[in-house]
Amino acid sequence: MEELLELALQQASSAEVFEASSESAVVHFEANKLKQLENRQSTTVAIRIVREGRIGFAAASGAYEPEKLVEMAVETSSYGAEAQFEFPGASPMMGPKTYDARIVELETDSLVEMGLNVIDRVTSAYADVQCEGLVSISAGMVRILNSEGLDATSRRTSIGAMMEGVRISGTDMLFVGDSISSGMLLTDVKPIADTMLAQLARAAELSHIETGTYPVLFTPHGVDVALLLPLAVAFNGKNVVEKSSRLAGRQGEQVFTPALSLWDDSTVEGRPTTSPFDAEGVPSRRIPLIEQGVVGEMLYDLQTGAEAGVSSTGSGRRGDARSQVRPGMSAFVFAEGGRSFAEMLGSMKEGLVVEELIGAGQGNLLSGDFGGNVLLGYKVEDGKIVGRVKDTMIAGNIIDALSRDVVIGSDARWVGGNLYTPSILCDGISVSSRGGDA
Amino acid sequence: MRDRLTDSLQNNGADYVEVRYEERTTTRVSYRGRNLEEASLSSDSGGCVRALVDGGWGFASFNDIDALEECVTRAVDDARMSSGEALALPEREPFEASAVSMPARDVTSVSLDEKVALLSEFNDIIMSSPRIQSSSVTYGDAGRMVRFAASDGTFIEQKVPDLSMRLTAIARDGEEVQQAGVSMGSVGDFGAIQSLHDQAHDVARRAAALLDAPNVKGGEYTVVLDPILAGVFVHEAFGHLSEADLVYQNPQMRELMWLGRKFGSPQLNIVDDATLPWLRGSYAYDDEGTPGQRTYLIREGELVGRLHSLETAARMGEAVSGNARAISYRHSPIVRMSNTFIEPGGVSLRDMLADIEEGVYVKDWYGGQTSMEMFTFSGGEAYMIRNGEIAEMLRPVVLTGNVFTTLERIDAIGDDLDMNQGGGCGKGGQSPLPVSNGSPHIRISRCIVGGK
Repeated sequence: MEELLELALQQASSAEVFEASSESAVVHFEANKLKQLENRQSTTVAIRIVREGRIGFAAASGAYEPEKLVEMAVETSSYGAEAQFEFPGASPMMGPKTYDARIVELETDSLVEMGLNVIDRVTSAYADVQCEGLVSISAGMVRILNSEGLDATSRRTSIGAMMEGVRISGTDMLFVGDSISSGMLLTDVKPIADTMLAQLARAAELSHIETGTYPVLFTPHGVDVALLLPLAVAFNGKNVVEKSSRLAGRQGEQVFTPALSLWDDSTVEGRPTTSPFDAEGVPSRRIPLIEQGVVGEMLYDLQTGAEAGVSSTGSGRRGDARSQVRPGMSAFVFAEGGRSFAEMLGSMKEGLVVEELIGAGQGNLLSGDFGGNVLLGYKVEDGKIVGRVKDTMIAGNIIDALSRDVVIGSDARWVGGNLYTPSILCDGISVSSRGGDA
Repeated sequence: MRDRLTDSLQNNGADYVEVRYEERTTTRVSYRGRNLEEASLSSDSGGCVRALVDGGWGFASFNDIDALEECVTRAVDDARMSSGEALALPEREPFEASAVSMPARDVTSVSLDEKVALLSEFNDIIMSSPRIQSSSVTYGDAGRMVRFAASDGTFIEQKVPDLSMRLTAIARDGEEVQQAGVSMGSVGDFGAIQSLHDQAHDVARRAAALLDAPNVKGGEYTVVLDPILAGVFVHEAFGHLSEADLVYQNPQMRELMWLGRKFGSPQLNIVDDATLPWLRGSYAYDDEGTPGQRTYLIREGELVGRLHSLETAARMGEAVSGNARAISYRHSPIVRMSNTFIEPGGVSLRDMLADIEEGVYVKDWYGGQTSMEMFTFSGGEAYMIRNGEIAEMLRPVVLTGNVFTTLERIDAIGDDLDMNQGGGCGKGGQSPLPVSNGSPHIRISRCIVGGK
């Protein structure tokens, strides 16, 4: 890497070398059985240079020639964006622990057992459910070296399990599922089975909701699928700088309900998203996005931060190791509220509980729209779940929905690896269903 | 390289082993707003081994070619560990083949200078249009060489370039932010995107017009879909359900998806065809070395075929179809579509609209998703239909359907088949896979439209 940096600096005024390597093992389950074992090894190196004021970028996975890689970066720098930043200099990198050797030492047998354990628990209660899923572990290392003297290394581990069950009766298909993930060793998969069994019980009956406007109670899964993406888009510094985010220019304003507080946090101990620094070597921190409804900071990497006239928030991300850095979220963390799920449910006269959607994120995300077909959701009547709905769509807008009266639950949990959220009850969400008058 | 790959597969005790080695070079260029955001070049080389022992699979991928032999051992050991019910893959005569796509203007020989200049023209058109706040012009191309060797002696070399581009215009007026976009793609032919200046104008015009457009009122409507969105519809509504890996191990699914089951009217024909020339979903051989084919999924309204890998074909006792595909050497091949479309019927768009009192006409696409039974698909451009005429513009809409009822409700099929090249498909963590899909205009008598 040092050699590559030197080589780059012969052609550029400043430069950065990024190297990522990882090994992972994945155990796949299909039709309630072990299906396939997978192992992956990968190594990628990426260089970013500033040459005559412009950014050049090149990357390689697998074999590469250093001279050729530098040549590619130089070629792209003739066109690249004007660099508005300087690479960060050396800084001490302290942070929570991100590596757990016990994950690397896990035998494949243990991973197989974790998956079969979930399948057993679910199918012994519901013999006609077919499960499909995976258990995976990975270990990786990232090193960033730049011409300002930064040399940062972090090692990380993660473990995860996800399971989806389908129950078919006639032409009706019911999907349930859950996942867990952690940066530190975690082998208890019972919570996955418990969630799936609760979903199966709640979905036992079929129900129907008429087209109209209703309160909708998003479970943590529901928040993940419906609200996370439009929120991440709204707080992305790139969209803010370009004024295509509806939150652009509204920092410090009470846009959301005072009940709502949200952070982007890559410093939570034991999470797979936790890292001492971002993809540019900028230290990670807990970034307040919404404080009691007031719009806080936006997510910036070096370049977009400079464009906005602020410092990087340590939110530089690479989609994969061969991608350029862009600002992005790490892990969104909502503040818990004081109401239990049962209390929130009990307060609803007629409405929906939403667990899972398909087609979410296909609307106009920039304007904050969310919605989709309710893949798993329940009709609520007089404070009770009466059954599952089908052929039903919801539609709303995060800025509108989260500015009105919202009730925040006390049941926060991690979902999907990068979100810590309680259930959230929103009012006035549009519901469209079969047979509605058009 | 060839000998090394072939030699690595010998004497390991597995029922079947295959290796893929891939070399890819990628160019990415993007504009956001007035500025060029990214110009980058990257290379990616690596391979994977997949082994079968007594019905269990092992898979190992690597970047370093020196890890090949170790990965073969590992994949075979892992396959042994996951073994269960024995599996005899369909017999094939070992063969050698080479398939090289040579597009009219091969993108791998076009200079970065020319690519940036063209994208800059598109971006300028969008940014200089009225009421436009920002833009997103994203372009990617790849040269891809894949070598495949199997323990039965089969060896294939394939060179398939790919190109995709999306133009998005973002309009803003006070609190309102609206966007419109168009996606294009080709089998590595730069010529396919060189004269899209009118589309760039149109995208900017549409984004601005959306600022003043109302939202549709949610509910059930008669909808007419243009060929592009109808293509997404057929991909989501039926394409995925005809992938045999979703069916073969599930007794209830097998009961639901019996060959001969009626899904639509006798006018409905749905085809998946990997052999059509110069479509992004086309290929000579899939990633298990099976030749690409034309497969009827629905003929005259009845289910007549499905998409298979070697394993699903063997387990279901049906013929192979050549639909096992992987997005890269980092993944196992799984059952995927190629180019999927509804065959043309004979109804003109005018006749289709004529007897609709109130309905919705939807064009172009944002995306789509399926859960097998239910699916969604969203249009980039929508209009009310009133008294047989296309009326006021609407904000983009998301539609949903149920495969067991919605296909039956297709009551008119147009005469104007068109294939959309701008799509990418995601499944099992593998996205985007180049596919294309298409259809003529179709009318669905009742379809749920999400709205506010």
